[in-house]
Amino acid sequence: MATSTVVASSPCQDDAETIGRLDGYDGALGGVTRRDFLKYCTGIAVTLGLSPAWGVRIANASTRAARPSVIWLSGQACTGCTETLLRAYHPTLETLILDQISLDYHETLAAGAGQQAERVRQEAMQANHGRYLLVVDGSIPTGAAADYCRVGGERFVDSVVHAAEGAGAVIAMGSCSSWGGIPASAPNPSNARSAQDVLPDHTVVTIPGCPPNPYNFLATVLHYLTFERLPALDARNRPRFAYGRLIHENCERRPHFDAGRFARDFGDEGHRQGWCLYYLGCKGPETWANCPAVGFNDVGENTWPVGIGHPCFGCTEQGVGFTKPIHSLATVQTVTPPTAFPRVVEEQGVLSTAAVGVAAGVAGALIGAAAVLTSRLAKHGPPPEEAPPRDDS
Amino acid sequence: MSLNRRAFLKLAAADGAVAVAAMGGTDAAAQDLRRARRSMPQDAVGLLFDATLCIGCRACQAACKQANGMPAEVPEQYAAWNSGIWDSPTDLSGDTLTVIQVYQHGTMDRKDRATDGFAFVKRQCMHCTDASCVSVCPVTAMTQDPETGVVFHHVDRCIGCRYCVLACPFGVPRYEFDDPFGQIQKCQLCADLPDQDIPACADVCPTGATLFGQTEVLQSEARRRLARDAGEIYAFPRGTLTRADDGGEPVTDRARHEAPIARYEQQVYGEHLLGGTQCRMLSGVPFELLGLPEDVPDTSYASITEGIQHTLYRYMIAPILLLAGLAFFAYRSARQHRPEDWD
Repeated sequence: MATSTVVASSPCQDDAETIGRLDGYDGALGGVTRRDFLKYCTGIAVTLGLSPAWGVRIANASTRAARPSVIWLSGQACTGCTETLLRAYHPTLETLILDQISLDYHETLAAGAGQQAERVRQEAMQANHGRYLLVVDGSIPTGAAADYCRVGGERFVDSVVHAAEGAGAVIAMGSCSSWGGIPASAPNPSNARSAQDVLPDHTVVTIPGCPPNPYNFLATVLHYLTFERLPALDARNRPRFAYGRLIHENCERRPHFDAGRFARDFGDEGHRQGWCLYYLGCKGPETWANCPAVGFNDVGENTWPVGIGHPCFGCTEQGVGFTKPIHSLATVQTVTPPTAFPRVVEEQGVLSTAAVGVAAGVAGALIGAAAVLTSRLAKHGPPPEEAPPRDDS
Repeated sequence: MSLNRRAFLKLAAADGAVAVAAMGGTDAAAQDLRRARRSMPQDAVGLLFDATLCIGCRACQAACKQANGMPAEVPEQYAAWNSGIWDSPTDLSGDTLTVIQVYQHGTMDRKDRATDGFAFVKRQCMHCTDASCVSVCPVTAMTQDPETGVVFHHVDRCIGCRYCVLACPFGVPRYEFDDPFGQIQKCQLCADLPDQDIPACADVCPTGATLFGQTEVLQSEARRRLARDAGEIYAFPRGTLTRADDGGEPVTDRARHEAPIARYEQQVYGEHLLGGTQCRMLSGVPFELLGLPEDVPDTSYASITEGIQHTLYRYMIAPILLLAGLAFFAYRSARQHRPEDWD
């Protein structure tokens, strides 16, 4: 697709023609109507913070002839990240992996098995060298000669390093591959590490969460397919469109926090009223994620821990999830000054040099005038006289 | 009696010397005249505010307003962003009995650090054991509960002289200057509110930064925290901490929460100063930075002023003697200057 012809304000004008016959059964979407598909692409565009009009461009990118190859490696994982992807409904998983990307290797979803699957992986990596997308879920064991996880006789750490050599981009899916997650919690017997730890020379995009919202992953992938570069990342290489704000900032229970209404116990009056869960240990005030803004798995809003009345436990945040006890209190980030807190001592303005000069000048003039006045009085005033002696009789 | 220049100067010098001597001896004299220290009732209650636990959520402020039925404040400097839905008082006032203030320095990187840090402080009545406001009130509108030690203000007795406003070393009682029929307002630990079992601020505090209980219990809790090392995990009580019936460890009816102990200033604010206060504080930065006076004596102002006053006026002997002396001198002077043709 020619990016040069696209004007950001109305990209659909040029692109609408090129989408082609999508509605037919043999069309690229395999039964998904054109309308549904464009709705999905528009949704992805909005998730990314783009204008809905960009949905058409995303549609074009995701339906082009050569589907980008994706290699998905699973290490010390619970398959939760795959499960979450199975529950994305726009598109459904089969639309994604059959029509938009070419998922050439995924242990859970692969049709083949054993040597056959491994061979496909090697072939795909050779054929798409330098272009394929590597997704890692699960942490990477490095302890005890990194022998805790082997696939096809190869140590998992070697698989990751080898696959990353020819990858166009590396995405860490889930908290385990982002920063270690559950396996890296103390005492961490397998010395589990993140993908970034074993790939120090790569930029590993992290999509933390346990599991992450599938749309954060899909939006990142489609951003890469559409613009052929990664979305804007924060200091921990998380896409900023998804992890740019604290949960606390967008939380539907936030007004209760501000009004000091806290649920103190599960099932108490405040809890039944839907009050803030900070008192119960909610980690929203120190966890960066879009959970309150983008619903999970299309079953309606409020389908996330805080929505159903359980405190957030910070699964996306290194040092919080699986590290802090679930009911210990969060370190609130957004009250950090400067905010509208009254000071203990309100700051006073500093006197400018000019003001000091003017004040000194006025004072000097007054002193001079007084001196002159005194001297003139002394000169022209009545001479001091002794009072006439009293005539005491 | 004629007074020549020389005599006048001599008299003036003598007066000066007496004044200087009196000033030098004031402290010593005040200590001598001081009345006995007033001891805290056994069931005295108060608040323990631990500044290192405060997250600045201001739930206490909101709960206090709600419990006392007071309106939100919107100061002029906040009008740009506050259309009236936020309560944003800058200080205690006739409409604000407790307020969270912040100490900020430099880059404000870390909480509870004096340099390049910040810290929160909760201002409210400290409920002194020997309160100045109670002492200065000419009409007993300020009283101290004999059992709980809570300092109450009785609106129906108050004459609006505002001596209490001037006398309080913490600047707590405030007068409603914006009201033609203004009253004095101050925190009474919600003891005047029938619906409130414990002070509303301690009731809502999510971290236990504001804790209610018997002062004696709170003091030992504060000492326990100071005795721990920074970083050690400690189970902080929330809401109330009260004496156990069986005399064992103090009890709380709510779930404690575990958090690391902060680096404290090794002092419980209010333990000694001004004869002791029933509300106490812990902090990670010097208390002076939080706007709390530290250069105050350990004896209460009331014990000194009352000591002097009560000595001077004991059995009215001194005033009677003074009056008698004045009458004598007046009489003598009048007799000396009686004109010759007088009667």
